[in-house]
Amino acid sequence: MTDVNHPPHDPENPAVTEGEELSASNEEQKLTFAQLAQTGHAPTELDPDAEPVLSVDNLKMYFPVKSSGLVRRTIGHVQAVDGISFQVPRGGSLGLVGESGCGKSTTGRLITRLYTPTGGSMQFGGKKQDIARMSNRELKPLRRDVQMIFQDPYTSLNPRHTVGAIVGAPLEVHNVVPKNKVLPRVQELLEVVGLNPEHYNRYPNEFSGGQRQRIGIARALTLNPKLLVADEPVSALDVSIQAQVINLLQDLQQEFDIAFLFIAHDLAVVRHFCPEVAVMYLGKIVEVADRESIYNHAHHPYTQALLSAVPDIKQAGQGRRERIRLEGDVPSPINPPSGCRFRTRCPLAQEICAKVEPPLLQIGPRHKVACHFAGEIGRHPATPVTSGLLGVDRQGSPDPAVTPQPIGTNPGYDKQWFDLDSQQMVSA
Amino acid sequence: MSDPFLVVEDLTVKFPTEDGLVNAVTDLSYTVEQGKTLGIVGESGSGKSVSSMAVLGLHDMRTARITGSIKVGGQEVVGLGESKLRKLRGKEVAMIFQDALAALHPFYKVGSQLAEAYLVHHPKASKREARRKAIEMLDRVGIPQPDRRVDDFPHQFSGGMRQRAMIAMGLINDPKLLIADEPTTALDVTVQAQILDLLQDLQREFNSAVIIITHDLGVIAEMADDILVMYGGRGVEKGPAKEVLTRPQMPYTWGLLSSVPDVHGDTASKLVPIPGNPPSLLDPPSGCAFHPRCAHVDKVAGNKCVTELPPLTAGPTGAGHLNRCHLADPVGVFETEVLPVIAPELLEES
Repeated sequence: MTDVNHPPHDPENPAVTEGEELSASNEEQKLTFAQLAQTGHAPTELDPDAEPVLSVDNLKMYFPVKSSGLVRRTIGHVQAVDGISFQVPRGGSLGLVGESGCGKSTTGRLITRLYTPTGGSMQFGGKKQDIARMSNRELKPLRRDVQMIFQDPYTSLNPRHTVGAIVGAPLEVHNVVPKNKVLPRVQELLEVVGLNPEHYNRYPNEFSGGQRQRIGIARALTLNPKLLVADEPVSALDVSIQAQVINLLQDLQQEFDIAFLFIAHDLAVVRHFCPEVAVMYLGKIVEVADRESIYNHAHHPYTQALLSAVPDIKQAGQGRRERIRLEGDVPSPINPPSGCRFRTRCPLAQEICAKVEPPLLQIGPRHKVACHFAGEIGRHPATPVTSGLLGVDRQGSPDPAVTPQPIGTNPGYDKQWFDLDSQQMVSA
Repeated sequence: MSDPFLVVEDLTVKFPTEDGLVNAVTDLSYTVEQGKTLGIVGESGSGKSVSSMAVLGLHDMRTARITGSIKVGGQEVVGLGESKLRKLRGKEVAMIFQDALAALHPFYKVGSQLAEAYLVHHPKASKREARRKAIEMLDRVGIPQPDRRVDDFPHQFSGGMRQRAMIAMGLINDPKLLIADEPTTALDVTVQAQILDLLQDLQREFNSAVIIITHDLGVIAEMADDILVMYGGRGVEKGPAKEVLTRPQMPYTWGLLSSVPDVHGDTASKLVPIPGNPPSLLDPPSGCAFHPRCAHVDKVAGNKCVTELPPLTAGPTGAGHLNRCHLADPVGVFETEVLPVIAPELLEES
């Protein structure tokens, strides 16, 4: 199929490369570095008073494992997501990080209801309705408000559809504008994401990876969503293009007040984009906090190990730095370890960790951690901080002398929290 | 200082395609000494993988047009016959690929694939001997219960273990040069840390030369002694790792540094992307290949960036640090303009 709009390679005019079509403004007048720096963004700031746009409570997703053979009995479950709770503030962004297989992508697909959760509830946009239990028909209006950006810009766009058809499809499905208004809206969207609006007639293969990711973003923006689930939106892109797309997402977030659930394994990108971060391990959230607490005062040994594993540019010429080494691999989510799921690889693990699962305990105004020995790196306590709260002794056996205390399970943050130093509930 | 083990000089690789001639690598020169690590950084299509595949003679000689010289331990590789190349591969030079699942054969046991690599270069060895060697190597790269895992198939290994198995396969004949092409890109950070530690331990043990190809500046910073930055098929900056990463002299390297957020740095630093896309290798831009995306073109008089290709020459800090840029004072521009934007905390310290 030949496309009339596709410019042939013109050997006499080498200046026309695909790269320069990317942003019209750069083509007309070249930016100096100072101007270019103005277009760059500092990391997104946290708005502590924002209402939650999405509230997830005790969400679970178990995938059945079937036996082979004629009668396919269910012989177990992959506990991909096992009881996670969090909130995404309006216009804010929550980062979801963890290693492959920790359930972060499953969480994204649960929120967009591409999967039906096994348990738990989700509230969207202040409504009392539980979207975890809605039927497909009931979900249709929700799909306008919650959209998704996918990782791979090569497989997430239909190669047989033009860009106009891809970006305009949501408009037709939801019947929001009359047919003759679809094209102007598509062109407007292409311009918003920094593509040439005249390229609506082209096919995805005529665009580079970064441009395709912009098409995917334009499609997600078509219906003015309130929440975007971005599943590894930049990890398939080249380094220089990554920064372009992150800046674009920051622009869009400010302009349209969109909340993001930003799923990524790149801790540096998440640090830049998300004022709040949740760390997942084997289907559970092990630590969730604001940026400062996670990156500078992490209390969970897994978060600390993850951060110390990230190679550091400033290390140039000095060789590899000392780091917390995690031995072995992540255990199978079909048969996860008892108690704390991280204990098989944890340098701090003791008897209690195998017996009692640590609750996700709020230890600061915006900081929750699930560890019996929570503490900053090198300053982990010798005795479990949770034993008094859970009514168990130091080994994790039930202790009749101690009465368990209620532990908040609110997906957001409470006004009161457990202070690790004084071992008491305190408030601001 | 011994003679460098690998000497690449004026290497040019072109591929004829239906759309025209792809200039994948142009006039590339570098050297690697025993016991040292060279890091090659660049984006997709910058020629970093193509150039290192040429070191092993992996390009199809019927289609690829390779000129220049590659000397491995004094022996010329360009134009070498297939049977001689086979003696070189694995024994002198070994390669670790990015995708370990695709690089291991799914039908054969991990152990027999390792043993095969050994038997190729030790034709007199018995099968039992090769198997023992395979177990020994798996143990060396830290695979638990190697005498049992040697009979596993690749799909029974986790991602990190497959990468370890591939490293074991690469090192089974004690090669003097190891080329690791994005060895950890597909892995999680904690596994990546394990693999990088392993590579470094093994390099010390075998005193081999290592080329590590990656787009991750953090990995390069921790692993490499020297860095070669590639753009549009050419080397654009070359020097000691610390020099290149702390006082880079080429606007493309500045752009790379300002495009990646830093997990350990100041939260106030901005992310400044490089505008535009990487160049087409079918039809590279005139003059400096980076000029369409460079924000400092206006500082060079006479439109030289567009008309004239800058040579890769020693920069203001000495002969060890080369750059391919027309700017008269790249260090000054970097320190006064670029650094305050990308790393304000460094200025306060100094």
